[in-house]
Amino acid sequence: MTVWILRKTIEVMRTLSQILRRVPVWVVYVLGLLPAPWLFYLGLTGGLGVEPIEALEHRYGELALQLLIIGLAITPLHRQFRLNLIKFRRAIGVLTFTYVSLHLLVWLVLDVQVPSEIWADILKRPYITVGMAAFALMVPLALTSNDWSVRRLGIRWRKVHKLVYPVAILGALHYVMLAKGFQIEPLIYLVVILALLALRLPFSGMFQRSRQADIR
Amino acid sequence: MAHRWSNKLTHADVTPRAAFLNRRQVIAGLGGLGLTGLAKPGAAQEGLEPNTWEEITSYNNFYEFGTRKDDPAKYAGALTTEPWAIEIDGMVERPGEYDFKDVMAEMTVEERIYRFRCVEAWSMVIPWNGFELADLLNMAGVQEGAKYVAFETALRPDEMPGVQFPVLDWPYREGLRLDEAMHPLTIIATGIYDRPIPNQNGAPLRLVVPWKYGFKSIKSIVRISLTEEEPPTSWNMAIPGEYGFYSNVNPNVDHPRWSQASERRIGGGLFAKREPTLMFNGYEEEVADLYDGMDLAKNY
Repeated sequence: MTVWILRKTIEVMRTLSQILRRVPVWVVYVLGLLPAPWLFYLGLTGGLGVEPIEALEHRYGELALQLLIIGLAITPLHRQFRLNLIKFRRAIGVLTFTYVSLHLLVWLVLDVQVPSEIWADILKRPYITVGMAAFALMVPLALTSNDWSVRRLGIRWRKVHKLVYPVAILGALHYVMLAKGFQIEPLIYLVVILALLALRLPFSGMFQRSRQADIR
Repeated sequence: MAHRWSNKLTHADVTPRAAFLNRRQVIAGLGGLGLTGLAKPGAAQEGLEPNTWEEITSYNNFYEFGTRKDDPAKYAGALTTEPWAIEIDGMVERPGEYDFKDVMAEMTVEERIYRFRCVEAWSMVIPWNGFELADLLNMAGVQEGAKYVAFETALRPDEMPGVQFPVLDWPYREGLRLDEAMHPLTIIATGIYDRPIPNQNGAPLRLVVPWKYGFKSIKSIVRISLTEEEPPTSWNMAIPGEYGFYSNVNPNVDHPRWSQASERRIGGGLFAKREPTLMFNGYEEEVADLYDGMDLAKNY
């Protein structure tokens, strides 16, 4: 029974992959960017409630974390379910960086406002230190998200882009640390991210290879 | 003992009813053009922007109904506030269950326009209707030797979706020193803008201590106990390094995770400027002597 379900799933995923193969990458960029101006417009016009600064900051941050999760899911989806989204991975990564930058920009310009307090916050407040570290580690990823860098860096490109793992952990931690009291939502993000990273560990790789052998 | 304190904020600081009821339409009309800054209703002293009914009742922290700011407005409707009884016990002459209606019959309700400063560094100006806590405590008769007042919020899992999560150790608990509780600024609020207080703001009765961070002003009170020992309080129990028993508004003592030097007044829109936070939230003259000789950085 389980084998049948798995076989069916893989069939569906293959069909899905074939459909997605025909979707051009720019569609992902356009759809992914739409929420940015839309949320800003909502903030301007009262659609984000009576405290739009905090709301906009949080919505951009949450979108960044969600995109990060989608990006991290691409490899496991491909390995375990044969769903091939790899051609969209760069777009997802660039979108993630875009939303992290917007989140940071809202915090700098609309939220904290005072430059001296910005530095004090980065140094004094651990959750901001952690968030800024995650952003800093993302900069080289964003800068090398182009074909020229892939060719130029060769094997080193893969190594550089492993930085996304610490970025993901720091990003989730940033959210967990800023919550007041014991809150479920940030912990869900942390657990999902840790699970996606765990799938990449050697032992889970062996597990998955042996299971694929069973199916065949 | 009503009217022991009178406002420095006046009616001029509050949006006239017609204006706050119309403000949405005005904003809706101008919003698309980015002209919301022109929609300033009423007059405001000292640059104070009064908060509207909508602002006061749509942006709340009431974790029993969820941790998002709009959760209380969404879910607090389920709270049954009639009938409502308050258990007053501990070191009092006349302990027992006091029916809310009976209490109201004895109390003089007056309007108090107070600044409200949340520990999260946002603030509002709210025109409360209520009575002095001292009057309620005197009704029950405070015994000699009582030093503190402990408060408890209702805990009703059937009506409060938030309490299924251990965000805090429910029920929500707060406390004051007896002299803080008897201070004329300390009130029990039962209304806002001359309307009954909405559930999301702590119906049918809540504490308001305007010189302390908002979480001290406990909502939907079902129990008041007079004690000799300092009572445990929810946020202090959860994270003692961040939330002290006193929690007086103090721009010089930062929260470990953010600065308390400035605040953002709700209602300023996307480009609201931060404003400096005032010592004791602007009530220094009235309450500073309560803390004479105390190290406020230690007793945060």
